[in-house]
Amino acid sequence: MKMPDPDQAVLARRAEIIVAMRTIVPDQSVISEERELAVYESDGLTAYHQLPMIVVLPETTAQVSQVLAYCQRNNVKIVPRGAGTSLSGGALPLADGITLGLGKFNRVLEIDYDNRCARVQTGVTNLAISQAVEGDGFYYAPDPSSQIACTIGGNVAENSGGVHCLKYGLTTNNILGLEMVLPDGEIIRLGGKHMDSEGYDLLGLMTGSEGLLGIITEVTVRILPKPTSARALMIGFETSEAGGQCVANIIGAGIIPGGMEMMDGPAVEAAEAFVQVGYPLDVGSLLLVELDGPPAEVDYLIERVRSIADELGAVSIRVSQSEEEREQFWAGRKAAFPAIGRLTPDYYCMDGTIPRHRLPEVLSRVAEMSKKYDLDVANVFHAGDGNLHPLIMYDSNNPGELERAEDFGSDILRLCVEVGGVLTGEHGVGVEKRDLMGVMFSEIDLNQQQRVKCAFDPQQLLNPGKVFPTLHRCAELGRVHIHRGKTRFPDLPRF
Amino acid sequence: MTEALQPAEVAQVAETVTWAVGEEIPLEIVGAATKRGLGRPLLGAHGGAQGTGGNRIIGHTLDLSRLSGISLYEPEELVLTAGAGTPLAEIEAAVAAEGQQLAFEPMHMARLYGNDGGTLGGAVACNLAGPRRIKAGAARDHVLGIKGVSGRGEAFKSGGRVVKNVTGYDLSKLMTGSYGTLAALTEITIKVLPAPEKTRTILVLGLDDEAAQRAMTTALNSSHEVSGAAHLPAAVAAQSAVGYVSGAGGAVTALRVEGFGPSVAARTEALRELLGSLGALEELHSANSAVFWQEVRDVAPFQAGDLPLWRISATPNNGAAVVRDVADAQSGTAFYDWGGGLIWYRLDGPVDDRLADDCGATVVRQALERHGGGHATLVRAADEVRARVEVFQPQADGLAALTARVKDSFDPRRILNPGRMYRGV
Repeated sequence: MKMPDPDQAVLARRAEIIVAMRTIVPDQSVISEERELAVYESDGLTAYHQLPMIVVLPETTAQVSQVLAYCQRNNVKIVPRGAGTSLSGGALPLADGITLGLGKFNRVLEIDYDNRCARVQTGVTNLAISQAVEGDGFYYAPDPSSQIACTIGGNVAENSGGVHCLKYGLTTNNILGLEMVLPDGEIIRLGGKHMDSEGYDLLGLMTGSEGLLGIITEVTVRILPKPTSARALMIGFETSEAGGQCVANIIGAGIIPGGMEMMDGPAVEAAEAFVQVGYPLDVGSLLLVELDGPPAEVDYLIERVRSIADELGAVSIRVSQSEEEREQFWAGRKAAFPAIGRLTPDYYCMDGTIPRHRLPEVLSRVAEMSKKYDLDVANVFHAGDGNLHPLIMYDSNNPGELERAEDFGSDILRLCVEVGGVLTGEHGVGVEKRDLMGVMFSEIDLNQQQRVKCAFDPQQLLNPGKVFPTLHRCAELGRVHIHRGKTRFPDLPRF
Repeated sequence: MTEALQPAEVAQVAETVTWAVGEEIPLEIVGAATKRGLGRPLLGAHGGAQGTGGNRIIGHTLDLSRLSGISLYEPEELVLTAGAGTPLAEIEAAVAAEGQQLAFEPMHMARLYGNDGGTLGGAVACNLAGPRRIKAGAARDHVLGIKGVSGRGEAFKSGGRVVKNVTGYDLSKLMTGSYGTLAALTEITIKVLPAPEKTRTILVLGLDDEAAQRAMTTALNSSHEVSGAAHLPAAVAAQSAVGYVSGAGGAVTALRVEGFGPSVAARTEALRELLGSLGALEELHSANSAVFWQEVRDVAPFQAGDLPLWRISATPNNGAAVVRDVADAQSGTAFYDWGGGLIWYRLDGPVDDRLADDCGATVVRQALERHGGGHATLVRAADEVRARVEVFQPQADGLAALTARVKDSFDPRRILNPGRMYRGV
């Protein structure tokens, strides 16, 4: 993966930059020893690593502002980092960049039940928000599987999802306001506790912008009253086609489950071997469907889903009879990644989204690719919203196998785009899918996105090398080619 | 003279904008042109007072109504793609035929301006939403992808047709609510959802604004999934076409539950228990509920006439407090949606001389500021007033500068709807 060439002039001034940072934050909040920097050399995408030039750990918005203003004046690049759980290399350091760790922003600032929101600092973990309000019967809906560790600022940067996002939405649908710092040090507030931010929807733009537009320091999230009950069905089918059809029929019946997940045979076997929760081993696909709401609704919908599954010839159907059993159903799914991890020295998790009805075709073509690349694959699928996670198994100790896994992964993502889907559903582009952006977007599309980047970060110092395959200078992108008098008046009907 | 250009395909839209950039002739972008009364007036396009308010004179109107028609609708995939000029009514009818709906319940805003109709592109450009906003979100939460032509004359796209997508910046959201100032939208893909099997509305009768505010907050903080929470003071309730509401003889606070039959029955019962001590209760079934919430959605009580109308987005639980403060300084009539988070405030009678200069803008915005912030939009007033008063909430300097740079990134020559939102943008 080619990253921007390090700026030798900046590297030569490293000692001076460290001194400058220590005038902004306490000495111990500037990390410069190689041994300590190693902690930050990669994120959740461990295939890539790079020691940062230095790490700075600010704890106030004013400090972030001063750090950014200094970096803009001195042409120093910045890589923001929350908990470093990105699966796309979003927090991969730069050799000539400051990694800005936001872990010290760890306070819940305000819980406002009357307005159903909470104001938290950027480094608060996703789960900590729900924990702070659960005693009063509330929760924060998006629940990425890294929720114990990942931060809300990172969730905003990546627009994180989770198993409940089919019904309750992604991060972008669950935040009301932000405080952020622009690369020139300007502190901006967007939204608040009211619905719909005024002016351009910069809140929507910031969400999923992968740390390229500004440093988020505070987030106001929507919190929801917890549903009064939840039950799950575990449904086995002989084929993934039948499982896919069941998903379509459930939604066709007007039912939007709280969660709807599918695993293929290899994923089911791996999960069962790992956690022994009673998954059927003779199935081609296993569907988990969770219904939540008042008991009257849940009981009613359980029966409707059961009859839909019956009609499609499900080979096994189990309905959770207790909270414990419901959690057991999920335990296997939640352990699917580590379960695969037991079977193989390394695995590579893909994240394409496809129109759901193309699933059988996509799975059979992935199986063909698996033969071609001679690498095993297991598939885990957020079935309700078409987000597919093929897990490619490989051994990085075997020369060439990582490259083969990466090529396999690229082919899967190309296939996702070919059938009408997208490169990434929830993990982000980062460095991982950067060079595939051209599969989905034209040069005009990408240039327009980069012009938006220039509106925020004209020197392109925030997280460069991520998301965009080719970096253009802002001045070059901003040029308008005028053809006064050369373009004829459009020959259109007019009234 | 101004002309209405009606491209029938994307290439013609691009050609038109490219020409306008070259000639430096600003364009007014319209779909069905039913909401011209919203936003700062664009001058010259339709007989408006020319040259006031600092807006540039519009050269021509770019009318996108021929980019019409549903090109993809897959009910089981919950997705629909249509030309930006497709009538909203056509889309609503198509999804209703499949037992689905646009969950954001877009208000038919044209009715505030003596018009009817409107297009999908218009609904998205104005980020419309109705009472279900509190549960399902606004247009911005349902737009999955867009295609459009920027102010550089370039056709571009963002997003796609799937719900889960983080590939590149979410320019679809940026387009939503940008009032045609960033791009001329040509095609939009939205998420559709199942329509509820059953609807019930619980009415709490006779509450004053403060008590109604508490009732709405109590209901929204329960786990009963309320999908509409509105309060109509007596004078407003009296105008409803629903007999239970107009005949109540006082204020009406309304809470909606939707979903499957057994669930609606259980939640209605639970809400009645929760709210029963606050006042007399009444209940609307599906047909009356539909009429009532459409009245709330389309601001039916204030449709007639042309008195100045404010749309105020407030910290929800402070809705009643904001109205009290505004009413102290400026007589008017209010009603509440979104559990207090959305206030419609109509200035009644002649605007006081003292306030005539800004049509109540200072009073409204100061009240908001005192009660947790938010934003206020002057959604109806004479062209001359909207040219003078900040129609949209003024932005802090840093944010205003960023807004202008974002505008430049799409439309450096300020060709598309210049000044519709903010002076010079």
